[in-house]
This record gives sequence, C-alpha cells and structure tokens, in this order.
Amino acid sequence: MSQIQAEEGVLNSLDQETLLQWYRQMVLIRRVEEEAANAYQRGYIGGFLHLYIGEEAVAVGALNALRPDDNVVVHYRDHGHALARGIPARAVMAELFGKVTGCSRGKGGSMHLADGQRRFWGGYAIVGGQMALATGIALADQYQGNDRLTICFFGDGATNNGYFLESMNLAAVWKLPVIWVCENNQYGMGTAVERASAVTEIYRKACAYDTPAEQVNGQDVLGVYAAVRRAAEHVRAGNGPYFVEVVTYRYRGHSMGDPERYRSKAEVEEWLHQDPIERLKRVLFDYGVTPEQLEAIHAEVEEEVRDAVRFATESPAPPPEALFEDIYAAPPAGDPFVLPV
Amino acid sequence: MAEITYREAVRRALIEEMRRDERVFIMGEEVGVWGGTYAVTRGLLEEFGEKRVRDTPISEMVIAGAAVGAAMNGLRPVAEIMTVNFALLSLDAIVNHAAKVRYMFGGQFECPLVLRTTAGWGQLSATHSQTLENYFAHVPGLKVIMPGTPRDAYGLLKSAIRDPDPVIFIEHTHLYRVRGEVPDEEFTLPIGRSEVKRPGRDVTVIAYSRMLQEALKAADELAREGIECEVIDIATLRPLDLKPIIASFKKTYRAVLATEQWLGYGIDAEVAAQIYEHAFDYLDAPIRRVTSKPVPLPYNRDLEQLALPDKEDIKQAVLEVLR
Repeated sequence: MSQIQAEEGVLNSLDQETLLQWYRQMVLIRRVEEEAANAYQRGYIGGFLHLYIGEEAVAVGALNALRPDDNVVVHYRDHGHALARGIPARAVMAELFGKVTGCSRGKGGSMHLADGQRRFWGGYAIVGGQMALATGIALADQYQGNDRLTICFFGDGATNNGYFLESMNLAAVWKLPVIWVCENNQYGMGTAVERASAVTEIYRKACAYDTPAEQVNGQDVLGVYAAVRRAAEHVRAGNGPYFVEVVTYRYRGHSMGDPERYRSKAEVEEWLHQDPIERLKRVLFDYGVTPEQLEAIHAEVEEEVRDAVRFATESPAPPPEALFEDIYAAPPAGDPFVLPV
Repeated sequence: MAEITYREAVRRALIEEMRRDERVFIMGEEVGVWGGTYAVTRGLLEEFGEKRVRDTPISEMVIAGAAVGAAMNGLRPVAEIMTVNFALLSLDAIVNHAAKVRYMFGGQFECPLVLRTTAGWGQLSATHSQTLENYFAHVPGLKVIMPGTPRDAYGLLKSAIRDPDPVIFIEHTHLYRVRGEVPDEEFTLPIGRSEVKRPGRDVTVIAYSRMLQEALKAADELAREGIECEVIDIATLRPLDLKPIIASFKKTYRAVLATEQWLGYGIDAEVAAQIYEHAFDYLDAPIRRVTSKPVPLPYNRDLEQLALPDKEDIKQAVLEVLR
C-alpha cells in the first residue's frame, strides 16, 4: 500500500472542526510572534527573540498528532510549540515580557518557556542539549511502564553536534519511546545546511542509528500530522525511536536584528508562496469552510493577542526576593553563597 | 561497628538506596557487566538487573543529559562518569541544565540526580589526573560533595540520592582502599555540614577528600611535637558550612588549607577569602594554602610526586603559620 493512500485514510478522519482548530492555532502563533516583534522593537522584550513565523505548521501538525500527556521537549525557538500545546497566549507573552505571571515566572524568557502541567518540559538554548534531556525523559517513562512518548524538536544545526549522535544512538540502543523531529529550516543561524552538513537530506542521518526516518513538507500541516501519527504508532508500540525531518523555512531572521546577509530576497519570496496558513486555508475551502468563518477566527485571535499583550504589560515583575528563589529546593542553611536581597 | 573500605561504603550506600527506592537506578560506562572500573558497583547487576544497572556507550554528554531528563521525569538517577576528567564532556548538561532547570523554569521542575565520579592520579599523565571540583562548586544550583572517610562516603551518598537537587559526588581513587569504621545500623549524614574531625587549639587545618587523610596524619605527627591541629573536613564544598571553620579560626587565629587543587582560583582560595571576610580581626598569620603545583601532571613518577601535596607539605605549612 502506498503511503499516500494511508495518509488519505488519516486525513479523511479529520473533521472540519479539527482543521479549523489547527488553523486557529497557526494564526494565533503568527499573530503572537508579530506582536512579540513589535513589543521587542518598543523595548518591552529584551535579550534574544527567535520567531517561528513560517514554521507554524510544524508545531501544530506534530503536537496535534499526540496525546496531551505525551512529553514535549523543544529548542529555543519555542513560542509556537508552547502555543500549540495549549499554553495560554497570556502566559507566553508575559514570559516574553519577563513578568511573574509568565509561564516560567519571568525567569526563563523567550528561549525557556515551560509548563509542567502540560508536560511541556521547556525550551532549551544549548543546541542539541535538549536531545539528551528528551532521552532521559523518555527513559523515565519506559522505566516506569508508562505508555507516554516524548517528542523532541531540534533544528538542522543540531544534527552536526555530539548530542545528536549520542542521543540518537542511546535512544535506539535502549529502544526509548522518542519521536525525533528535525525542523530543517535551511539554516543554522546564518549557515546553510549544505555548508554545514555532509548530508543535506537530514533524515538520512537516522540510518546510522537504525532509526526509521522520513522527510515531510513542513509547510503542509496535514503532512506533518500524518507523519507524526505514523511515528507515534511506531513508537508507542514499543519499537523504539522514529525520526521525522520536516522541511520548513523561517520567514524572519534567526533572531531580531539579523541582517540576513546569508540569503536572498528572492529565496524568501519563493517560500512565502508556500505559506502554511494559506495552504491550510485552501484545504479548508475544499472542505466547504466559508471566508466568513475564517474571518471570525481572525477576529477572535486578534482579541486574544491584544488581551495577551495587555495582560503582559500590566502584570507585575517578579519581586526582588525571587532572585534567590528556586536555586535549590530549599535555601541551604548557613550557605555563604545565598545573599540577602 | 565494622571497619570497611571506602569502596565498600559507597557500594553499601548504593545497594541500600536501590533496595529502598525503586526509582533509584545506576547508569554509566562499565557499571554493569564489568562491575565498575573501580569495582564499586560489582555485584549490583546480579542483584538489580539490567533495568536498574545500565551499561551505557562511551557517551558522557548523553549520560549526564539523560540523567537530567530522567530526574526531571520522576526517577532518581545515579549516573557514573568514570573520572572527573571525562566529566568535562558532561559539563554542558551539568552546568547548563542540571543546575538550571529548577530556576529558569520558575520552580516547575526538579532535578534530583547524583553524578558520581572520581578524582585521583597515579602515573596516568596529564588528562587522567585532574582535580576539578571547583568547576562544579562554582555553579549555583549544584551541590558538590567530596567525602574523605568511609563513614562520610556512606552517609553522604545516601543523603545525596535522597536529595531533591543535583549532587556532584566525587570519590578519590586513592581512598577506595582506606578502611574506617562505619556503623552497622543504617544512617545518613546531612549535606552541607563541615565537621571537626580532630579538635586542637593551635592551628585550624581545613581539608577534604584525600587531603583530609593527609591532614589527619600530619596532625598526629605534629601532636608528638606538642602542636595541636584542629582538623576540619569540608566534605560538602557547596553549600559550604562556614560556621565550624570560623569558630575554629577564632580559637586558633591561624589556618592552613589543604587541597589537591592546582594553586590558582581553587576551593582553597574561596575558603581563605571567607575567613578573611568573616574573621579578619582574628588573623595572626597569613593563611597558608597547600595545593598541587599548577602544572599538567607529568607521567614520570618522581616529577608527578613533586607536583602533588601530602602530609609533609601540611606539616611544613602548619609550622610556617606558627612561626
């Protein structure tokens, strides 16, 4: 049986309501990111800000293919995954603003969104480091006999460092329940895949670890969903890890203030024509959705984003006492390195 | 009360904690079939099976990183990195993740892991003979323990395994054969306590790990000459329990610090600074530091010995601060 037929089977099982929900998530991600960029330019957000615009279909397709109790581990371009997982836009925006109401209480910022209740184990900012953590998170579930799986996102750049090798290998040796998702957005910062990786079809690297792998169009939310569904079935059946390379593109720079000397306007333009939201819109029209329905969604999202920005702006900063909180479970008595604030 | 070796004390602690708590497991290079490079985990695979005594590939990055993830998700990993030199490959997972996940996610996660590793030397040359505990002790969020006796290795390892925070537990290969009394009854020792191992009135000698043993020998010999050293063990390097150190110094007015660290930016420097800050008015002599010579350790036996500190160096330093 061809994969296409199998995929159609999966897609036929999706109703209009589900697809509208995904559409809403993708639009929400894009609008949160656009407003975050505005807030950054106005000085409300500091540090690094890595936007997910253009890659929305990846997080939305992948996370909707999983159970809510599965584990999610992400890289530092993590806003989209956080929103797709259901972390409220308020908590995301407040974290970007460094407020105590943020999902990491203002201590993590853009690169370190997390929500323990949603088993969203955080965004990690050392390239590849989260792969090792995901290996251990998956090990803990296997060890305890839980049938949860762990999905771990990383970029094309991560596949060139030691964490990739060690984590891919150990997860395969121990048959851990991990879905590896490589978001190949063509560049590790400003270095193109072909200038950094001996293999440009990243999914082929999984062969070295005897891990089944496939490549999927990351601008097609349905394709991503179908691939991760296949991966989840394989992994949950106890067959060990599965690798999905998602070919995608970030419209904006690596982070705010990236002069983008490494790519041409024409290239960006070409990818804009494959926009994941527009693509899903066409599918929705095929399903009989009306433009009015989509407009209603856009209006709702507008209000949600406006509310999130207002909430983030008005929320209090963490109090000074927070400085020495949560370094340890309890401050060690008499430790000269815990100073009064 | 039985006299057992340091190695046996560590093994006993591991076995008891694994029997007590299903969540405790061991992972590392050669911990299972081989029985541990230093034979610490011998017999554990037979008792606990492959699920709980897990041989890993030579992959220090993922050993440490997976231990962090497993700890966050409900287990109590005891990860073994064969020597502290190899732990340099684990530093990212330890410093950037183990030490950070509680804080940078606003207290949502915890990381109750123990990373056991060894310090030591013995004609192993430059890359297998380093003393790097200050690398870890520098980092907020980590706890760092270097026990110097079998009793302390046993009691502190048990506490480390039960602790809700990441603990770096460094054993010294030259101590594995050292024997000492360990009560037969199960017990734990609190992390973050400095302990007076030998009372004395003349000089405060602060040491840990192998240098604690050297300090106790030096104190014995000096006592025969009528010099009474108060020997304080700082088995927990972070958090540091200053109180007994300052109390002792206010009695003796003199201190010698003994470590195997290289001279320069080490544990000794930190403790000396703390004494200067907290007891400056009691200072009768400059604080003396006994350390390794700041050189990559050479292979040649005589050269190697020239670089390493021992009880003779401590005795000399004590005499100097008393001069």
